[in-house]
Amino acid sequence: MESQISTFTTKKGLAQMLKGGVIMDVVTPEHAVIAEEAGAVAVMALERVPADIRADGGVARMSDPKMISEIMESVSIPVMAKARIGHFVEAQILEALEVDYIDESEVLTPADLHHHIDKHAFKTPFVCGCRDLGEALRRIGEGAAMIRTKGEAGTGDVVEAVRHARTVWGEIRRLENMPPEELMAFAKEIGAPYELVKETRELGRLPVVNFAAGGIATPADAALMMQLGVDGVFVGSGIFKSGDPAKRGEAIVKAVTHYNDPKILAEISRDLGEAMVGRNVTELPESEQLAQRGW
Amino acid sequence: MTKIGVLALQGSFREHITILKKIGVEAVEVRLPEHLEEIDGLIIPGGESTTIGKLAVDFGLFEKLRAFGREKAIWGTCAGAIFLSKDAHRQQPLLELMDITVERNAYGRQIASFEMDVEIPALKKVSPNDAPFHAIFIRAPLIASVSGGAEILATLPDGRIVAAQQGHLLATAFHPELTNDDRVHRYFLKLVG
Repeated sequence: MESQISTFTTKKGLAQMLKGGVIMDVVTPEHAVIAEEAGAVAVMALERVPADIRADGGVARMSDPKMISEIMESVSIPVMAKARIGHFVEAQILEALEVDYIDESEVLTPADLHHHIDKHAFKTPFVCGCRDLGEALRRIGEGAAMIRTKGEAGTGDVVEAVRHARTVWGEIRRLENMPPEELMAFAKEIGAPYELVKETRELGRLPVVNFAAGGIATPADAALMMQLGVDGVFVGSGIFKSGDPAKRGEAIVKAVTHYNDPKILAEISRDLGEAMVGRNVTELPESEQLAQRGW
Repeated sequence: MTKIGVLALQGSFREHITILKKIGVEAVEVRLPEHLEEIDGLIIPGGESTTIGKLAVDFGLFEKLRAFGREKAIWGTCAGAIFLSKDAHRQQPLLELMDITVERNAYGRQIASFEMDVEIPALKKVSPNDAPFHAIFIRAPLIASVSGGAEILATLPDGRIVAAQQGHLLATAFHPELTNDDRVHRYFLKLVG
């Protein structure tokens, strides 16, 4: 009875265990403890939340391994960390640190404009962003074990998260109604691997877990994304850029569990203090739109 | 007809419900205390035990779950097994219904998650198929010890405990809900009666 370590089933499986949960961006061990106590299912360890990366400008890279390790030591829940798109050495370092998930993320400055990381080559599972079904299936084809719609990180504006989730689901619904002979042309049209297109059609959803990310700032935002059909949410700047992170974090956790119960949502949305200030995505110049990074 | 609830605060509840429906059992999501009133048995799925524990406390489910487990069948997978235990060597809400102690993330971080065939002799009671069970362990807890009324149902070849039973209560450190093998679900239905 041989054991097989770190298979695609166990990689995908961890994401299945995170479903119905909230993954929170944290920049210190103290934040991580607040997140865990608020009920986060995992934390994303990074040096600056997306709103600060936006404000500071410059090149955004993988975080300091010392800071990531300190966060890993401070909590019992899974810890994720970000590598730049295409920067497979940053990913190798994160794997050596034994982080639980690697986010190949458009929030950092891309290291490769043509190629994403070959994620099959790693034992550590990856989550990647997408704006539509083709992008999601390309990432899964490269080995991603979890997908998140990109939204527009660091804005506190949920409009792009909604657009991306609706786009993915809309394309899946279109696919489900397609006769088999049209699948190859559809795969060509969206630039996705044929086998994954077929699998998505059979399942009626993506072959891996799909969270929402990018712009979620309130319990209502989180519940909106859940009602649109995602499996859980990432909240970046929305918690620790708000007036009362512990209270807001806890409320967003509860909103993801009770996303279909407006009475409970009304109760937990009360008196949360200031939400993050936010920036309207429609006022962002194209050069500042992070979701455009990657393909 | 038997109705099984799956605690749907967070985690792999959809997978459990899919298997239950496949074997023809009515399955419902449990999020609030009143949802416990209409069910005959409960599954606590995999997920994050700290999150599930906190939400159970915050929504008034904690004492109700305890009372439910004194009379009716509960099965916990992974995080659910931790939640049923009486000691997890850490400060977090535990139902303390089973005389088992667990050690969280005992095999290491995610990179050490694994799949392995495990012998579960008790499954013969529900199936003539005596093939080992293909068990999936994800950041899995170890059942460190059993005492009192709890008994060992399965171990790894090195003796580490991965499944235990105490009367109508069942704990597995692995995730049958991630497989197509419904034998552990059918075994649990026998405990529901």
